[in-house]
Amino acid sequence: MKEFALLFRNESNVGSEITPQQMELMSSKWQHWVGGIAAQGKLVSPGSRLGFNGRVVQPGDNVVQRPYAEINQILSGFHVIKTSTLDEATEIANDCPILSIGGSVEVREIIPMNN
Amino acid sequence: MQQKELIPQLYRNEFRKMAAVLCRLFGIEHITIAEDIVSDTFLLAAETWGLKGIPENPVAWLYTVAKNKAKDFLRRNDIYNEKVTLAIQHAANAKNEFEIDLSNTNIVDSQLQMMFTICNPCIPPESQVGLALRILCGFSIDEIADAFLTKKETINKRLYRAKEKLKQLKVKIEMPHEQEIGSRIDNVLTTLYLLFNEGYFSAGRNSKIRKDLCLEAMRLAYMLVENKTTNKPEVCALLSLMCFHASRFEARIKPDGELVLYNEQDRSLWNKELILNGKYFLNKGATGSTLSKYHLEAAIAFWHTIEIDSIEKWENILSLYNKLLIIEYSPIAALNRTYALARVYGNDTAIVEAKKLSQDHNHLYHSLLGELFALTDNKKAIEHFLLAAKLTRSDADKKVILKKIEKLNQKVS
Repeated sequence: MKEFALLFRNESNVGSEITPQQMELMSSKWQHWVGGIAAQGKLVSPGSRLGFNGRVVQPGDNVVQRPYAEINQILSGFHVIKTSTLDEATEIANDCPILSIGGSVEVREIIPMNN
Repeated sequence: MQQKELIPQLYRNEFRKMAAVLCRLFGIEHITIAEDIVSDTFLLAAETWGLKGIPENPVAWLYTVAKNKAKDFLRRNDIYNEKVTLAIQHAANAKNEFEIDLSNTNIVDSQLQMMFTICNPCIPPESQVGLALRILCGFSIDEIADAFLTKKETINKRLYRAKEKLKQLKVKIEMPHEQEIGSRIDNVLTTLYLLFNEGYFSAGRNSKIRKDLCLEAMRLAYMLVENKTTNKPEVCALLSLMCFHASRFEARIKPDGELVLYNEQDRSLWNKELILNGKYFLNKGATGSTLSKYHLEAAIAFWHTIEIDSIEKWENILSLYNKLLIIEYSPIAALNRTYALARVYGNDTAIVEAKKLSQDHNHLYHSLLGELFALTDNKKAIEHFLLAAKLTRSDADKKVILKKIEKLNQKVS
């Protein structure tokens, strides 16, 4: 089994447009999706959600107020899962509810630390 | 009461109290001697009472004999010089005579300390449960062998190895420091949970023993709840879970040991008082910031005590199973989640999810699929139930599965 990070991106202003009902529906969809991964014994860590506020620190005392706002897609959270192949991890990511609100999932293999 | 009934009853109630006090007094290196002294006391009671009749206060008689035997041992042994003399020197009335404290407070303290000593991950889980049954619950070796469906020699060996290990590691019989209790109590709860499940879920034993195991686990959990330092939210949650499960004890096992599935249980047999206790401890456990797996399992068990099968009930159960699986995966929770999914989103959705679970070798997996196919595809349902019957090792389970197949066959013809 290999570990993969699922990195979620969506539009940084998406929160302002959705109603509390949609939010609740989204969170219940999300919970079922993660529950389904966990039920297969493939969830390594539920990771964390990231807030929209933040800064990017660059060389030369350059602090950007909103992280990569120019591409309009912001990293909003991550999970860690374990599967045999990248294809299998991709298949799991393909069911992610974030896709239904215009977001994306980046699937990246985790390199084990050798220490 | 006749002597024949009195002695076993006293054994069940008093063995564990005397054993805990003597274990604590002698230290980990002599717990076998503590056990032997208590056993000898009961042997002497059986002989003496048979000849001379039952004493006026049988418990006091037992305590006096055990105390004297313990003092004899201490006098003959080095530990008397090392530990006990020191204790006497500190006592206000330093007489030559040393008092062994069998007061209620000291009994409870000793039992709590022994609980932390025995529930130690340095020995295997089944040894922890075995030792707990012996020392904390006063089960005889025969009873423990019955409970584990194994031979007396196996249990004796297992307990011997466990005690040697504790001795070798010089595990101290004492309460953990208050700051440490939070982390140490996890081990204790795991063992109590195992002890309860051993009684509740493992088929094939007679129902009297199964019930005893559950009641003992509840009694020990209650001791933790009653004590100020160990009264943690997750302890209340575990006790709540046990109460909710135990409330269905009469409904889920027929007198002949046959299992009755949840859906087919006579709900008037559910024990209302235990359900109320379960709710009480669930509320008591709903403090603090920890959401343990026991909280989630207790909440799931709570929803199962609701008789009416509403959508709300199954949506809540599904959501709780999702959260439980995210905290900790277990095959059984994965199957139960899939069942809840079926109740909310229908069997077809659940079948798709079930097939992702890779539990082909688990009879419960095939029972679940049999159940999910039963409404739409008789042939597939029967196939899965047949696999389940082939894979299960429990006769009680097999009986239930074969009954299902029979019903499905009738539907075909």
